[in-house]
Amino acid sequence: MSLIYDSLRAFAAGAAVCCAVYGALAQSGETHLTIDNFTFKPDVITVPAGTKIVWENDDDIPHSIVETTGKFRSPALDTEDKFSFTFDKAGSYEYFCGLHPHMKGKVVVMP
Amino acid sequence: MAQSEQDSIDRRGALECMIWAGTGVLWTMVGGVPRSSSLLGISEANAQAASGFTFLQISDSHIGFKAPANPNPMATLEEAIAKVGALPQKPAFMLHTGDITHLSKPDEFDNADQAIGKARLDTFYVPGEHDIVDPDLGKAYLERYGKRVQAKGTGWYSFDKNGVHFVGLVNVANLKAGGMGALGAEQLAWLADDLKGKSASTPIVLFAHIPLWTVAENWGWGTDDAAQALGLVKRFGSVTVLNGHIHQIMQKVEGAVTFHTARSTAFPQPAPGSAPSPGPMRVPDDKLRTVLGITTVEVKRGTQPLAITDSELVKA
Repeated sequence: MSLIYDSLRAFAAGAAVCCAVYGALAQSGETHLTIDNFTFKPDVITVPAGTKIVWENDDDIPHSIVETTGKFRSPALDTEDKFSFTFDKAGSYEYFCGLHPHMKGKVVVMP
Repeated sequence: MAQSEQDSIDRRGALECMIWAGTGVLWTMVGGVPRSSSLLGISEANAQAASGFTFLQISDSHIGFKAPANPNPMATLEEAIAKVGALPQKPAFMLHTGDITHLSKPDEFDNADQAIGKARLDTFYVPGEHDIVDPDLGKAYLERYGKRVQAKGTGWYSFDKNGVHFVGLVNVANLKAGGMGALGAEQLAWLADDLKGKSASTPIVLFAHIPLWTVAENWGWGTDDAAQALGLVKRFGSVTVLNGHIHQIMQKVEGAVTFHTARSTAFPQPAPGSAPSPGPMRVPDDKLRTVLGITTVEVKRGTQPLAITDSELVKA
């Protein structure tokens, strides 16, 4: 257990170095993203299937999270409001803010 | 008023606008050419009203906003409406160019209606993106403001007043990833039909929340298909486009089209490129109304440049 955990940590640390190219790689379980200055942070993230992603709005203006093909849509999130979605299926999920559609993000789910 | 300024204002086609307290714009129609005026120019406004008519624009009241940039937007909206009520010449009606509320909640709409109602003016609305985030994505707005004007689609409509054709457009609904504001094909088809048969000499006023010209693409301050709407009004001799959304005054003139954005009654936003994001701009509490002070924008057609004069309501 701890070996697996440690190697995942090491892998995650390595992924952080190359996240500019591949986006961040997160561990399975729960991963937290923020919305800050009209930007999803990180805007691209890679996670194992089964990961629950939690977005928190840290702006003074509401934002929403809308998957481009309609797979999920959050209500408007006021300051410090959260929204989560669990990604069970592998694939690429692009999303944007329904209020400010120039804000875009992507979740890549590995099998 | 200086004689030279008076000459300019009398010039046919001149558009002057003064805005007080960041709260509203008083527009005057004379000979089909809209001008705006202010509390400071009361006598002039009266003279204009004798031959034309006036209407008002307020915007971005954001009732429900609680952040430090203005924890009490209800108070500043009420101040704005008090200014409207104190006008010596009652405007014919008022436009609200959206973001009435912050989160489309029923009590936010109720509070906004209560404050705006005190102006005792017929008020015509278009939604901002903050007004259609109820669970049914705009149903609450349409039920409250759309029925009276027989709004189509997500809330667009038109009406005529004193020979001027007003068109309320919605560019905040059904937005697409990566884009800015959008009108959509259905609304553009309706607009083409709405304008059909109108004489080219009919003054046109288009009003919508997000600017119908690109102010800052990376902040989404523009409308992707605005060019198609503007193409439909190209044949008209006088077109005025009134928007909100960016919480600051911007104006430009392109041929027969004058574009103008109004200030918010709630909080300022940064100038494009001057901040990391377009979020609310915090100013010291005792400076809020100072920052929102009076701005005069005088647009002269022809070769004369825009003349913009800021005069604070409360001197710093």
